[in-house]
Amino acid sequence: MIDNYSDNLESRVGEFTLSEGSRREIEALKKQYPSARSAILPALHVVQAQFGFIPAEPMGELAEILGILRGDVEQVVTFYRMYNQRPVGKFHVKICDSISCYLRGSDELLEHGQNRLGTKLNETTPDGQITLSKIECLAACGAAPCLQVNDEYVYNVQPEQLDEILDSLKSADKNPYFIP
Amino acid sequence: MAQQEQIFPPPPPLLTQKPPFEYQLLKHRAVPGIAKLDVYRANGGYKGLERAVKMQPDEVVNVVKASGLRGRGGAGFPAGMKWSFIPKGPGPKYVTCNTDESEPGTFKDHELIENNPHQLIEGVLITCYAISSENGFIYVRGEFARGIRVLKRAVEEARAAGLVGQNILGSGWNCEVVIHSGAGAYICGEESALLESLEGKRGYPRLRPPFPAVAGLYARPTVINNCETLSNVPHVLREGAEWYSKFGTEKTKGFRVYCLSGHVERPGNYELECGTTFRTLINDLGGGAWKGRNIKAFIPGGSSTPMLAPTDEVMDTPMDFEGIAARGSMQGSAGVVVIDDQTCIVGAVLRLVEFYKEESCGKCTPCREGTQWLVQMLHRLENGESREGDLELITDVGGNIAGKSFCLLGDSAPVPYNSALKLFREEFEYHITHKTCMVGPRAGKQLAGVH
Ligand SMILES: Cc1cc2nc3c(=O)[nH]c(=O)nc-3n(C[C@H](O)[C@H](O)[C@H](O)COP(=O)(O)O)c2cc1C
Ligand code: FES
Repeated sequence: MIDNYSDNLESRVGEFTLSEGSRREIEALKKQYPSARSAILPALHVVQAQFGFIPAEPMGELAEILGILRGDVEQVVTFYRMYNQRPVGKFHVKICDSISCYLRGSDELLEHGQNRLGTKLNETTPDGQITLSKIECLAACGAAPCLQVNDEYVYNVQPEQLDEILDSLKSADKNPYFIP
Repeated sequence: MAQQEQIFPPPPPLLTQKPPFEYQLLKHRAVPGIAKLDVYRANGGYKGLERAVKMQPDEVVNVVKASGLRGRGGAGFPAGMKWSFIPKGPGPKYVTCNTDESEPGTFKDHELIENNPHQLIEGVLITCYAISSENGFIYVRGEFARGIRVLKRAVEEARAAGLVGQNILGSGWNCEVVIHSGAGAYICGEESALLESLEGKRGYPRLRPPFPAVAGLYARPTVINNCETLSNVPHVLREGAEWYSKFGTEKTKGFRVYCLSGHVERPGNYELECGTTFRTLINDLGGGAWKGRNIKAFIPGGSSTPMLAPTDEVMDTPMDFEGIAARGSMQGSAGVVVIDDQTCIVGAVLRLVEFYKEESCGKCTPCREGTQWLVQMLHRLENGESREGDLELITDVGGNIAGKSFCLLGDSAPVPYNSALKLFREEFEYHITHKTCMVGPRAGKQLAGVH
């Protein structure tokens, strides 16, 4: 079993149960498919939207709703890159580092971001706000270098803009880059 | 609303009043708000579906066959022929649209779904009708969170207008379209891995045969086409096969979206007639190499296709499946990545191969282990730690991945190295003999400890 979220599990029991809203969303997803198991991937996005990562507890709940084994859920969680197996900052800044972004300065951007935040890649700032990572091609190579803040895009990012982005995220409550 | 008129990802600036090719797939650039159903319909939207449901399903397949439309996902398989492989018998059949778009250098589906969602939904519906299916799934890479929201809204709009759901356009035919989100895995663009993933499993490729047309999703007959392929279908049905096949070259009909990125002045998506030359795309439209530099090489069809040097012969090559094959590379996903002459080719190759290492699904050993080794050896080379004979060793390891892996991901991994070595052998050797780059910002600087 994956214990990915806490050194003191016992004191946090109950903290990671699915909300009513999440359950409803997952039930609705399940109905879209001829086989309930097909809903795992989108359902895990619902779980991650609630907790910011995929804790161990709701994997069991999810398995139960979809009528599959807990292991079926775990093997999916550990395969797909978007599911955070550990908590990340409130804003996960992912800089693309594949070829087109690399050619237009993504390495410099990664360097710059780490210096600005004073953290290394995949570390979270002490206030829990920002985690900086690199990611493979985001399919926005014509607007390189680009990045995502959680699941929202920012295009054509130069080092000065990265400063602005990181500064704005320090005190942000909602994702400023969300477009409906 | 201002927000709807803004286009993401941002298109390149227009050089002239008129685009180089009258927008079809990228009509949203000319018609703001086309993501909305009423605007889409006012511009000929769903006319293709209206035509289709008045025909027999077989006739629809024949129209697409006659149009010459070929797949835009990579291999260029004729779409109509693919549909005709679906057996006629009873029981469920499925259409899945591949919008996993993760091949470095490719970003056309991204623009298509965020800005012109009904075009794709209409294409999926027509395809479902053509193979007598009642379920279409659009598998979208999870990172396209906004694209997924846009598509879901569009499906609901279409449903409210009787274009999705029961008795579509009074034809007695029912069809659901489901927007499915992936979760970050290049391998899920491989069609059999996509089906596994859509069934709620890890994205491991399947053994073939059986092919998806016989046993695909839930072991039922299934059509899988790329997002851009299916976005072409409404145009084919609306205007007819003859109209469509007037565009393009002898064997590659129609128009497509070329993705231009890397070291060019004006990167972005360009919709052009199939068979336009590299020179037109890269130099005339893209403005050539940026910063007044020269082009060293370019990748013609996504990171899995062999690099080419910009000789006159290559630059005048028509961008279609046969033309590019004649130059020793591939049309692939039409993602053109330009590399300028100030770039260390070893560094670029390392970055390209790292992608395959990261994205190897781990199912088969040659690809899982081999891509790790390739990256380690290229890393050594890049950092001036290689020995005499290492270039041959890298070639050898690459040769033990390609053709020996479970799927084409492994075949692609050594491609950047092999093609670059052919063009720039001297630069690779320089890294061994001088322990530093021959060109680029690190040229001449000692990289490794002196022995
Ligand atoms: C490793 C790998 C990744 C692929 N990724 C994609 C992709 O992201 N999108 C896509 O349309 N096709 C992709 N393909 C090609 C598909 O397997 C398939 O050929 C294609 O979706 C068929 O559609 P088409 O005939 O319309 O081109 C990939 C293939 C491989 C081997
Ligand atoms: S290489 Fe960065 S988005 Fe494709």
